[in-house]
This record gives sequence, C-alpha cells and structure tokens, in this order.
Amino acid sequence: MPDIKVTPLGAGQDVGRSCILVSIGGKNIMLDCGMHMGYNDDRRFPDFSYITQNGRLTEFLDCVIISHFHLDHCGALPYMSEMVGYDGPIYMTHPTKAICPILLEDFRKITVDKKGETNFFTSQMIKDCMKKVVPLNLHQTIQVDEELEIKAYYAGHVLGAAMFQIKVGLESVVYTGDYNMTPDRHLGAAWIDKCRPDILISESTYATTIRDSKRCRERDFLKKVHETVERGGKVLIPVFALGRAQELCILLETFWERMNLKAPIYFSTGLTEKANHYYKLFITWTNQKIRKTFVQRNMFEFKHIKAFDRSYADNPGPMVVFATPGMLHAGQSLQIFKKWAGNEKNMVIMPGYCVQGTVGHKILNGQKKLEMEGRATLDVKLQVEYMSFSAHADAKGIMQLIRMAEPRNMLLVHGEAKKMEFLKDKIEQEFSISCYMPANGETTTVVTNPSVPVDISLNLLKREMALGGPLPDAKRPRTMHGTLIMKDNSLRLVSPEQALKELGLSEHQLRFTCRVQLHDPHSDTDTLGRIYTHLKSILKSYSIQHVPDGTVIVESIVIKVTSSAEEPNLKVILLSWSYQDEELGSFLSTLLKKGLPS
Amino acid sequence: MAAHLKKRVYEEFSKVSQQVTLEEVPAKKLRLTKPSKSAALHIDLCKATNPTDALQYLLNFARKPVEAESVEGVVRILLEHYYKESDNSVRLKIASLLGLLSKTRGFAPDCIIDDAINTLNNEKSHQVLAQLLDTLLIIGTQLPDKIAVIQRLIDVACKHLSSTYFGVRNKCLQLLGCLGTVDKPLSKETDVGPGAQTSPVRDVQSIISDYFQDQDPRVRTAAIKAMLQLHERGMKIQQTIYNQACKLLSDDYEQVRSAAVQMVWVLSQLYPESIVPIPSSNEEIRLVDDSFGKICHMVSDGSWVVRVQAAKLLGSMHQVSPHFLEQTLDKKLMSDLRRKRTAHERAKELYASGEFSSGRRWADDAPKEKVDTSGVNLIDSGACGAFVHGLEDEMYEVRIAAVEALCSLAQSSPSFAEKCLDFLVDMFNDEIEEVRLQSIHVLRQISTHITLREDQLDTVLAVLEDSSRDIREALHELLCYTNVSTKDCIQLALLELLKNLTKYPTDRNSVWKCLKFLGARHPTLVLPIVPELLSTHPYFDTPEPDMDDPAYIAVLVLVFNAAKSCPTMPALFSDHTFRHYAYLRDSLSHLVPHLRLPGRKQTASSGLEASGVGSGSLESAQNFLQDSLIRVSVLQNLETPGAQELLEFTIRDLQRLGELQTELAGSADFCATYLHCQLLLTKALQEKLWTMAVPLCLKQNAKVSTATRQILDETYKLEFLYSGLETQQIATIHNVRLQAKALQLILTARSKRGVDRVLGVCEKFLQDVESFQRLFMTELPHFQDSFVEKLLELMPRLTACKPLDLVKILQTTLRQSRFIHLKLPEQIHRASATIIEPTGESDNPLKFTTGLVVALDIDATLEHVQDPQTTVKVQVLYPDGQSHIIHPKPGDFRTPGPGRVRLITQVYLSHSAWTEACQIEVRLLLAYSSSSSKQSASKPAWNESMDGLPTSESCIEGTIHLSKPVKVFIMPKPARR
Repeated sequence: MPDIKVTPLGAGQDVGRSCILVSIGGKNIMLDCGMHMGYNDDRRFPDFSYITQNGRLTEFLDCVIISHFHLDHCGALPYMSEMVGYDGPIYMTHPTKAICPILLEDFRKITVDKKGETNFFTSQMIKDCMKKVVPLNLHQTIQVDEELEIKAYYAGHVLGAAMFQIKVGLESVVYTGDYNMTPDRHLGAAWIDKCRPDILISESTYATTIRDSKRCRERDFLKKVHETVERGGKVLIPVFALGRAQELCILLETFWERMNLKAPIYFSTGLTEKANHYYKLFITWTNQKIRKTFVQRNMFEFKHIKAFDRSYADNPGPMVVFATPGMLHAGQSLQIFKKWAGNEKNMVIMPGYCVQGTVGHKILNGQKKLEMEGRATLDVKLQVEYMSFSAHADAKGIMQLIRMAEPRNMLLVHGEAKKMEFLKDKIEQEFSISCYMPANGETTTVVTNPSVPVDISLNLLKREMALGGPLPDAKRPRTMHGTLIMKDNSLRLVSPEQALKELGLSEHQLRFTCRVQLHDPHSDTDTLGRIYTHLKSILKSYSIQHVPDGTVIVESIVIKVTSSAEEPNLKVILLSWSYQDEELGSFLSTLLKKGLPS
Repeated sequence: MAAHLKKRVYEEFSKVSQQVTLEEVPAKKLRLTKPSKSAALHIDLCKATNPTDALQYLLNFARKPVEAESVEGVVRILLEHYYKESDNSVRLKIASLLGLLSKTRGFAPDCIIDDAINTLNNEKSHQVLAQLLDTLLIIGTQLPDKIAVIQRLIDVACKHLSSTYFGVRNKCLQLLGCLGTVDKPLSKETDVGPGAQTSPVRDVQSIISDYFQDQDPRVRTAAIKAMLQLHERGMKIQQTIYNQACKLLSDDYEQVRSAAVQMVWVLSQLYPESIVPIPSSNEEIRLVDDSFGKICHMVSDGSWVVRVQAAKLLGSMHQVSPHFLEQTLDKKLMSDLRRKRTAHERAKELYASGEFSSGRRWADDAPKEKVDTSGVNLIDSGACGAFVHGLEDEMYEVRIAAVEALCSLAQSSPSFAEKCLDFLVDMFNDEIEEVRLQSIHVLRQISTHITLREDQLDTVLAVLEDSSRDIREALHELLCYTNVSTKDCIQLALLELLKNLTKYPTDRNSVWKCLKFLGARHPTLVLPIVPELLSTHPYFDTPEPDMDDPAYIAVLVLVFNAAKSCPTMPALFSDHTFRHYAYLRDSLSHLVPHLRLPGRKQTASSGLEASGVGSGSLESAQNFLQDSLIRVSVLQNLETPGAQELLEFTIRDLQRLGELQTELAGSADFCATYLHCQLLLTKALQEKLWTMAVPLCLKQNAKVSTATRQILDETYKLEFLYSGLETQQIATIHNVRLQAKALQLILTARSKRGVDRVLGVCEKFLQDVESFQRLFMTELPHFQDSFVEKLLELMPRLTACKPLDLVKILQTTLRQSRFIHLKLPEQIHRASATIIEPTGESDNPLKFTTGLVVALDIDATLEHVQDPQTTVKVQVLYPDGQSHIIHPKPGDFRTPGPGRVRLITQVYLSHSAWTEACQIEVRLLLAYSSSSSKQSASKPAWNESMDGLPTSESCIEGTIHLSKPVKVFIMPKPARR
C-alpha cells in the first residue's frame, strides 16, 4: 500500500523553527524553513543533517514551500539553500517573496552586526537565495514536475500567508502554515475548499483556547487610546514591525477619521515604512473593505499616521506612537518608554505576548520600579494596558477548517504538546478521523488508499449502460465485465473481444460440467419436464427453453438427464455452463442438488 | 334656434364621420402588411444558403415585435423550417423564437402546442431539446387553466427526465415545478407512456425528490428549486423530503447548499411542530428547532453566498424555542482548558460590583475554574454561536444579514433582545458604515424591550463623536427611544450630547429633540440632578447663564420636559429659569412643553385653552369637520342666496380647525381648498361674461381668468400635495379642473378672434374629457348631474360640432351642473417641507467670485411626500428673476422615520457680479406630471436644468411650492485680476 510520511524537523510539539518534511508518492517536500527565536546556538535552525549527513540537499528534496514571511517560518532559508546547499525551487506567494528578504536582512544585521556572530549567512546569500524563489498566486496550481502539483489558499494570518495543497496523483496533503479563521481589520479569514486531503497538517498554537469576539478587544483598545488622548496624555504602543502593527494602524486610522480626532499618530521609521509600501501594493491580499475602497483611497496610505522622529517624543500635547520592538527590551520603544513613564497621564499598550525578563513582561506584572542600566531606577507611573491581538486560529477555528477541508487524517504541529493532546482527543471524537502529533524527528506514516484511474473504452461503457436502467445512478455501484489491459504505464478497460483483437489472441471457451444425482422414479423425459417446470417456477425472468432433443436450456446453460443402467431411479443430471455464466450455473447446481419438489 | 343648431351639428357630424372613415383606410393597409411579415421571413429563410445566414435572419426577425394575429402564421413558417433545418444552432434559435412568440399578448398558444410536442420526439440534439422544453414551459405558463394541456406537458417532462444531458433534466424539473400539481398523483397516462413501464402511480413531488441525488449538481439545484417553486405555487410539500434536504446541506456545491438551506427553511415553516429524532441519540426535538440548528450551522459555511442566505433566513424563524435561540449568542470561551468569562460577562460583573474598570490588567482575564475536558464541545452540533460567527464574518453582507436577523428575532422575544444587546452595541464599532448604521437602527427598533446599563450606554454614546452625520442622527433617534437605568446614565448622556453639540454645532436641532424625549421619558431620574444641571445653589445666587448658548438651551429642554410629569421640579428652579422658560416656550414651542408653574397660573392657563387641545377633543373636532361638510352638502346650487356666505364661513372654520388640530390638518385643509375652488368657480360663473358685449368683456375677463388660473393651480395642489386620496376624490378634483378648463376655453373663445387657435384649445379640451372617462370609468356613478356626466352624455355631439357650438354647449352645462360633494377618505396628509438650514437669519453675505460656484448646504425635512427622490426639487430664485431648478441626488434623501424624509444636500450657486449683497430665495418644489402628460414624462432628466425664466407655462406647471422660501444673502464679487 502506498503511504505518506511526515517528519517535523521543527515545530513538532513545539512553537518556532517550523520545518516539516513530507514524502508523498515518491516526492520529498520541505514545508517551511524557520528558525527558533529562543536559541542562539545550533538549535536555532532545523537539523538538516536528518536529510543528509553531508552534501547538498538538492537531490533529496523536490521542492521547498514557505507559507509566510515570519522568521519562524522562513528564517533558516538562506542557511539551508546557500550554506547547506539547495538549488531546487522554493515556492512562496508574491507578498511573502517581497517582504521576506527585508526581514531576513534585518535579522542578519541584528545577529551579525549587533551581536557580532560569525559563520552566519551574508546579504549576498539572502539575494542568491531569493533568486531561487518561484512566486505563485492564490488558487494557482503550479506543476512542480510532471506528478507533483501545489496550490495556495488564503490563510489570513499576515499579508501573503497561504495554506498549501500538495498533490501527487490522487494523494494529497494540505499544510496550513499559520492561519486565522476570524477576519481582522486588514486581512480576511482563511478559506479552503472541500479538497478532502489525505492529511491536513495544521498549526495548533491556540489548541485549547476559544477566543472572545474581536470587537470587544478592538473597542477596549480604541476606548483606552481615545480617553488618554482626550486627557492630553501620550500613548505608546510597542509593536513588531509587521503584521499586527498594520492592523492597529488601520484600526486607529479609521477611528481617527470617524471621530474627527486631531492628535498626531506616529510610526517609527525604518523597516516598517518599507513594509507599509508592500502592504499598499498587495491590496488583493487584504480584506473585503480595503479591497473595495482602495479605488477611492488606499487604506495603507495613512492620512493621520506620520513618520516618527526622535525629537517628537518631547513635544507637548497628546500623541500616539507605534514603536519597535514589541517587548520593550531595547531600541526606540524603550527610549520613548523611559521618557514617558513618569507621567500618570500617559499610557503604554502592549498588543502582544512578552517574554520573561523583558521590560514589557515586568511592567505587565505590575512592577512599579524598574532597574535600568547603571544603578538608575525608573518609576513607572503611566498606565499599563495589555490587549491581545493575535492572528492564529483558536480551537474553534481549527475545527472549522477541518470541517471545510474534510481531511482523512489530521496532523498537528506548531503548538505545545499538552495542548495538542487535548485537541487531538477532540478531533478524534468529533470527526472520527485519526489524528497525529509527531515530535521533532519522529516520522508519522499514513497509509493511503488511492483510487487508480483506468481508461474505459467508450463502446464498452455504452454497451454496459444500455444493459442497465435508463440512467446511471452515481450512488449505486454496478458490476460490469471487461478486460483490464496494463500496457506502457497505462490502464485500460476494454471489452473482451477488443482485448483479444488487440492482443492477437484467439478466444478460448471455458465450460464447466457438473453431474447431479437425483432419485426420481419417473422416466427421463418426465424428469426433464419436471425440471423444466421447476426452473420455470423459480427463475421467472430468465429465458428457459425445453428443446425437443431432450435438453433444457436456461440462458446458455444446458441441462440433460440420463439414468444409469443399473438403477433406473437414480437420474444423473448433466449441467454444463460457460465461464461467463458461472454464477447462474452454480446456483442451478445447488438448486438441483436439493432435489425436485414432489 | 335649437332646431337649427341640431341641423348644423348633424351636418358637422356626418362630415367628420367621413373623415374618420378616411382615416381608417391606412389602418387597413397596415393590416395588409402584417401577413407579409411572415412571408418576408419565409423568403428570407428560403434564401438563406447556410446556417449562419439563417441565424442572422432569425436574429433580425426577433428584434421586431409581431402582432398577435400573425403569430400563428409565423410559427407555422418557423416550424416548417425547423423540420428542414439540419444545423443545431438554427434549430435552437427557432425553438427559442417559438417561446418568445407564444408570449405575445393576445395570442393563445394552444394551437401550436401539438407541433411543439411533436418536434420534441424527433429531436436529437440535447441543447435544442432543452430549449424546446423551455418553450413548452413558456407555453404552459401562458395556459395555466388548461388541465389537459398541462397534463400532457408534465408527461412529456417525465419522459425526458431520463435524458443524459443535464440541461434537459434541468428544464424538465423546472417544468414540473412550474406546472406540476400535488393534489392528484400523475394519472395513468404516465404508466401507458413508454418511459415508465410498471412504476406505481407517483406524484410530482416524489419524482422531483428522486433528483435530489442526481449526479450533476446543476440538476440537484434545479430539483430543489422546482420543489421550492411548487411550494410557492401553494402546493403542500411533504415532510418526508426533510431528511433528504438536510443531507444536501453538506453538498459539495454552493448553489446546491444555498437552495437546500431555503428548502429546509420552507419545511421548518410548514411543519414547525412535528417531532424529528436526533441521530445517534434517543432524543427527539421539534422540527423547527432541528432545522434552526442546521441553518445556524450554515452560518459558518465556506461560501459567503450560503452564509448570507442562512443568516437572512434565521431572522424569520420565530417559532424556535427560546433555549435554542439563546444558544446562538453563546460562544463558550476557554483559555488553556479553563473556563474564561467573556468580556461582556466581565463588564457586567464590574458594573454589578460598583467598581469602575481601571482598565484591563495583564492576565486579569486569567481563567479561574477548571473546565472538564470531556464537557467542552468544540464543534457545537446546535445553534451555538451562530450569530457570534455571523457578526464577525469577513463579508459585510453576512454581517448586515445577521444584524437584521437579530433584529427580527429580538422583536418577537424580549429575553433574546436583552441578550443580544451586547452584540449589537459591539457592532457600533464595525469598519463599514452601513453595518454601523444598520445596527443603530436595529437597536432603535428593539429598544422598547431593553434598558441600557451604564457601561452599554457608554459604548453607545462613544459613537456620538462619529464624523458621519447619518450615524449621529441615527444615534439621536435611538436615544429618543432608549430607557436608561440610573441618573448617572442621564448625566452621562447629557454630557456626551453636549460634547457632540460643541463638536458639531449643526446637530443642534437633533440634539435638542433627543433631550426632549430623554427628559420626558425619565422625569424621576432627572429630578435629583436638576440643581446640578441648572447650577443652582441653596444659598448663593449663581450668575444667569447665557440664553443664546445652545448647550444651556439643551439642558433646559431636558429639564422642562422632565418637569412636565414631575410637579415638584419647578420648585427647584431659580427666577431666571422661569423667565427663560417663558422665552423658550415661545421661541421653541415644539421642544418645550407647557408647564403648570406655580407663580404664573393666569397667564399660562389662557395659553392652555388656546393651544392645548387635548386628545379628547379630537373626536369633537372630527365631528365638527363632518358637520360642516354636511352643512355644505345641503347646498344644491351655489347661486342660491346665502350659499356663498356659508361656503366662505365653512372655509374659514376649516382652516382654523386645521391649525388647531394637527391630526386633522390634512383633511381640513383639503376640504377647505376644495370648497375654495368651488367658490371661485361660482363667482366666476356669476360674472356672466358671455352675455356681455365683447369690449366690456375684455375688462372683466382679467378677473375671471385669474380665477380660473387659480382654480387650476389649486386642483393640482389638491391632487398631488395630499396623500391618502382615493380615486373618487381624484375624480372629483379632475371634475373641477375640467370645469375650470371649460371656463378657460370659453374665455379664449370670447376674447380671441382667430378660429384656429380656439380649435386647438377645443381639441385639447376634448382629449381631457376623454382621458377623464378612461381613467375614472368606475367612478362615474358618483357623478350624477355633474358637469362631467353631462359632458360625457353630449360627447358624440361635442366631437362633431364646431368650436363655437362647443363653447355654447359648455356654457349651458357649466351653469346647469351640480356641485359635487366631497367624501372624505380615512386619512389625508398634506405634504409639507420645512427648510431648517439655511435659516435665513444670517446677515453675513455668502461671498464668492463670479463665474465660480459656491455650495449652499440645504437641510430640510419633508413630511408625507410620496416618492421624494423623483418629485422634490430645489428652486433658487435670483433677484433678477432668474431661477434654477435643481434635482437633488437620490442619496441625499434619508428616511429617519415613517412618512418623514430628510433632505440634506448641497446646491451650487453661481452668478455674474453684483454691486452689493442681495438676497436669493431658496425653496423646495414638488414636481408632478399631470395625468394627461404622463406619457411624455420620459423627457430628458431634470438634472440641473438651467433654463432661465419660468416664462414658458409648461415649465412651471409641473411644480407646486412645497415650502416657504428662505432668503440667503449672497455676494458675487468680480474676479480680481
């Protein structure tokens, strides 16, 4: 039996460095090639030595697919392609291809220039790597080679995020990447058709959470910002450059427009400006509202949001500032925070999760005095708010996607083991399909039962159809007779005569004969007559003939009666049928063995 | 004399009748050409050498209409060619033409039905077959009561149902749906037919439902649609197909699912109370609940079309049990396996504990209780959270549908209304304005069931700062109807409204009105905060606030309206408040109610008698109206002495009544205007100008002609300004108008010398009479002895006689005709309009450079105007007599309530230079097209027609003044070089 093998190299019962190997129909595909943000050593990248100990990966992989531009999904790409060595095609959507190198370059700069690491990929390597990328569009089917084809579906999560269907012959796998089933201010919801894949590989970040309505969160957020600004306070929103930042910008921008507010909104420059540029370009990847209104006005051309300059932080009056990074651990956001922390009118809103040890985490836990570098302490008087804006599907969303795609098997990645366990149980219970959650390096094998397509000759089909009822009923299987010819890698079903003709064989008749002994006191002809009437009464819809030469013919089956010489009462009934009538013949023989009714 | 006249008339008659026959000759010719059309087609088709040519001829032919008489001939020719034709596309076109032709009015298609069925038997091409079935369907729908024909068609459809081509099956199903009957099973004819050999007698429904499982999704859809069609035609659908329909809900194809959702809904409405089992358990539930759950499930379907449909249908399932209904708003929240409370629940709790939210702390939504893992049902088999999903949908169409559904469900269930409140309030924050507006409207509609909590009110009020005027006004409207729970809420609302007022001063009227209702609704809540509101102090005198401050007026409006039903309140007022009350009561009487103030009883009470006509007097007013009408109706002839005085008094009475009793204003005005017309007419007739000599007549003429002019104007007003009229009244008005026109005709005949001109007028008049007859045939019995009846009696003579004779006849009939009494319909409303903005009080001229344009904002309310989008126009009158008529965009009209329309638009003004600022007049006009000119209504659009002076009478004839003019100072300055 053919099977599909799935091996996570990262993201197996873990979040970060997504990298999953899939072997399907003799093809090897790598899904995502991410890095782990938590490590600075070798554990940062997936263990490519699993694929091959030495040498390049090109001959082992048929293609690489990147789902979206987050570093935990594409961070190891230049390392893999340039340093380990891979020359095959890399597939990603257009926005991902555009934004991915910016992030990689930024990441490289931080690691190499700031932290001074060596043996890291260079800018040139990123460029070379991007040359190997083949961009694709939503719902576009790309033929990687003759058998392997891939197709992208909309995934929500971030701009350009996609789910991928990988198909070889009739076997298929869907990999979701990260996705979001509830639309937000700038992106729509993930969508897939009823493609019934053999395996659905889904992320499960929020496997045990069902989230509150996004409107409540948005409203709270806006209300807080609005109140602070009205009070004359300053609002700091630490964000990461891409994704949520744009959502919050649009949220604030439309709110400002609606409410006619005048307080300035600033966006820290650099990376984000470049990214905003791409958001402007890829309008088709955003949600309904932005797509529909962009003719009048591109929503990403912000009217109220301007670029931030360091000197603005000291300006009097209310303002809202988006600054990087998101966890307040360094950079501009921390500088601004230090300036504003002393005033209770001000506010900082943390829109996402903060890692332990960062300033963000400390203030969220209510710490009022912070120790800064040197021995200085910082009094935190400003208000601290937490507002979660996350774009992963929650448990309900994952279930919804399963319902949409109707997979035969389920495989969970990109989540914590304990949570996955729970979701796995739920999935098995609700859909009664088997669900897997392999750890890193563990291989899951799923046996598939692909149907084999066979060409049928039109003549045969028409003939068979004519035999049956007026209309073929799709829901009911029907048996038909034909000859299967396997020749030059193709399967054909033709009528036996044609097969004989094509193969140049002569037809052989196969006939079965069978004797049935029967005690019957009557004469031979009478017995035959009785058999005739008996069969006539049982086999109503068959043609039964009593031929004068002493035989009964049922369809093509010949029945004769002889009596043995020594015992006249013991009649020997001779049945003879051809191979085609095997069913009827054996039925008759058993029938006659039971004897005739007296 | 009379004999002579008669002779002349008959002479004329015979002459004219000759002319009539002459005119008929070309008509006959026309008829001769008709057969030639089919003949031409025949020739064309015979000429056609190849299929493309033939197709071209047929296409050309299809563009022209065919007369009913010649259809059959054409059909024969087409059929003849059909049999000869070998090309499929040509046959297809012919088949479709047959359908088209059988739709021709006045043509009975029974005669071609045999041929059409015959063609079916020999047809090989599937496409043509499908088209032929379509043709049969059209023929069938033309002959709904010929049972035998229908039966034949159904048999044909059943026979072809087994076709292998989906299109043919589709059409067959469609035919069955449109023509099939349920009550009697298909007769034995089907059994005789070759298709069904031994099948038992089956009805249309089971045949159609067989195709629910067809292999082609298009056929499945067609089958469901056919079933729905049966339902629409009033056939009873059997419950047995419920299960099949439910299975189709999970079909792979969206159009099938979409149709199946409808089918399930239909069944749930038909058999709401029957019991169905829940699969995989022993329980049973009502069918309507089961289907509700299933449709709820479709709200999270993959296709948005299906989602919209499902969300819409949910709104109409009122029979569903409350338990299921409330599930739709339930979305069990869970965080790391612990039960988490929703933000709504938290807000409620915060409110209950009396503590104001200090903002959300990091992880304050930390889950508390541990959830039993087996108890958490992630994918809910029921209605769970359907609306939560629907309201969060990506497509705004779905969200709007969900909001509407919520509304209609909440209206029928107060407890559900209470529950869905939070969700609706959340929708105020949607990204699409339409959705926000819709949810505000919806909240207003269900506001009778609910009382807003403080935190909810807070969210609602936040929207007051929205920059969109529509949203703010909708919100004001909502606040007018809202109940709030505490005095803090009142304070909060007042505060936010005042903020709104400072930010958007144009909202003044709307805010005041809103506060009026708010105060009147919650007198007890306002009472404790009155001192604070009026900033009075027990010991100290506080400075007197500025009376012109809109914010202060707003506060006063709130307080005074609350004081109306709270007699203790005025004791808290300080002296200047009373003074301000008197001023406001005068200047803003629609906002400030009458109060019984302790110190000023005498002055106030006199005002009360005059203005405060209680509701009890409505009846007496109505009686008065009836009485005065009866009094007038006693009059047979208005020329009797004293009659005119009586009329004048009645008119005066009615006008006064209209002023006093607003409910009856429409009716009273209507009667008064009508009587006024009669009065004018009588007076005009009394002038007896036909007895006068011509020179004298000219002098007298002016008076009468203005009278007729006025009557005409009034009749147009009567007809178009009042809504709620019945045909009888309209006929009466037309009668008066005809009288006026007759008078006008007499005048022209007397004053003008040229016979030609009079002839033209006569012809026009006769046309009017004819059209009256055409329009009001049914009303004629009510017009005994009237002018019109007499005219119609004389009609044959009138058409034949000479203009001068006509005039003479008219003279006598006019004088002899009886005065028609008006019967009042139930309710008459007078269309009216008030321009709120510009107010006309500003002394600052609007300055602009000549040759350029300046935009003038116009804000007006229209009441009882029918179809305002097409009828209401803005007229700008410049001091030099130039006038512009501007047609506002349909989008500028908003409907805040029934019968009321708000027009907010911009008018562009421009003019050449003036030496100093001058006033222009702006007013609203009601355009009408009088019934005679209705045919020519398709004139080029009015769009900003810049035609200069309204000198041509036809231009101004089409409009009635709807509002008082408002004067605006403008000052076009010469351009600086």
